[in-house]
Amino acid sequence: MTEQEIITKVNNALVEEFELDPADMQPELSIYQDLGLDSLDTVDMVIVLEGTFNFKIREEAEIKKIRTLGDIHTFVQRKLSTEA
Amino acid sequence: MQLNRVVITGMGAISPYGSGVAELLSGLYQNRSAVRYCPEMLAIKGLRSLVAASVPDSVLEMAVQQIARKHRRSMSSMSIYAVLAAAEAMHQAGVGAIECESGQLGVILGSTLASSATTEEFFNDFARDHSLERMKTSLFFKIMNHSCAANIAQTFSIKGRILAPAAACATGSQSIGYGYEMIATGQQEMLLCGGADEHHPLTSATFDVMHAASTAYNDDAQHTPRPFSAQRDGMVCGEGSGVLLLESLSSALQRGANILGEVVGFATLTDSGNIANPDSAIMAECMQLALDNAHLTADQIGYVNAHATATEQGDIAESNAIAAVFGDKTPVSSLKGHLGHTLAASGALEAIATLDMQRSGKIVPTLHLTEIDSRCAPLNYVREADSDVDINEHRPIDFALKNSFALGGVNTSLVLGRYISD
Repeated sequence: MTEQEIITKVNNALVEEFELDPADMQPELSIYQDLGLDSLDTVDMVIVLEGTFNFKIREEAEIKKIRTLGDIHTFVQRKLSTEA
Repeated sequence: MQLNRVVITGMGAISPYGSGVAELLSGLYQNRSAVRYCPEMLAIKGLRSLVAASVPDSVLEMAVQQIARKHRRSMSSMSIYAVLAAAEAMHQAGVGAIECESGQLGVILGSTLASSATTEEFFNDFARDHSLERMKTSLFFKIMNHSCAANIAQTFSIKGRILAPAAACATGSQSIGYGYEMIATGQQEMLLCGGADEHHPLTSATFDVMHAASTAYNDDAQHTPRPFSAQRDGMVCGEGSGVLLLESLSSALQRGANILGEVVGFATLTDSGNIANPDSAIMAECMQLALDNAHLTADQIGYVNAHATATEQGDIAESNAIAAVFGDKTPVSSLKGHLGHTLAASGALEAIATLDMQRSGKIVPTLHLTEIDSRCAPLNYVREADSDVDINEHRPIDFALKNSFALGGVNTSLVLGRYISD
């Protein structure tokens, strides 16, 4: 999967789950202040990403550092490359 | 102790007819049946009743625009119905953020069960491998017993009391009754009161296994259920939500609110003789206690809105109870032929209809009541043929009594009044 394919897949999953506007899926945007997610949403986000990419990430400490959409893209790319 | 008078300043409805009180009343006055054949219920093995009165899909589709995702994520369809009905009631009452944040506006609203559809969806997935790894955070909030009440409070930032009575088919009436008592004694100035339920095939199945659901009209859904009728064969499940905004008279006058009616009496008592079979004497006692609570006599009641769900035991017992208290002169009708049995919502939806009948003086008849079951007591049954009387003969009804009875032995009677200022 290319970097762009990963980004698209992440964005599509989050747009569908959280009813986001696809135009808002800019990597520099904060998932909290800009995209309006809260702590419950971030728990569900992990479940959605696990379902989308068929990996387990719930226990990974790095998740707690995620602030922007770009952080999610980077995290998923790194996770997939480690598993490859 | 001086009790406050309790008036109604807002009403909201999501019914099998669609969204809004106007839609509810229009369907009732036009004597339209909201019951439909539901082929999807064929998927349930052994289910004989294939009819239901469901809320049109457009209501949930519109809710995506009407309720923000942040709030909607914790709602099953019954909470969505309840929130939309509450919004309509608050809008009509002219209640907004100030009242919601005051702590003097609360919510009393319950359902029969938590969301069956949500529970089924979860357990279908869970049973695959008994894993919690796919369980989302919103699941619990959708199936809490107080999900509807909590979701209303969260959506509108309501800071007052929350109570979620669970008394099956009497839930809506019990909510209004407890709200009346809470405002009368000064614990809250305003309460959103009512009930909500969503239809699931297993709801119909619950009654089908007790031989209490309509099974003979699957090919003629628009002619069932038939309360009090010799041709009745059981109840039909419905869904929706009814909400009444109850308010102390002093608060309503102070705000200059339009007063739609008054709750003047309430009684609830338990029939502990049998968890399913109603006792006519206890039904009668409940109605009499409600009249006593209202300081009224039976001859002052101009209309009885019966619970009458079209079950043999329930209809006969209630008709005998009404006869014992009111005799055979007071007009009586049931709305179940129009709406099916909307379960926890029924007490509130039917109270809304009763209040409007009191205003208009036009009584909605019992649908499909062509031949009265000879085992039912002789009463002044209002039938479709009776509703063609000259409009000029309609006189407002000062007081009406509304019954709701539930499996589990919960009996309730509300006494509703037209508002008459001192």
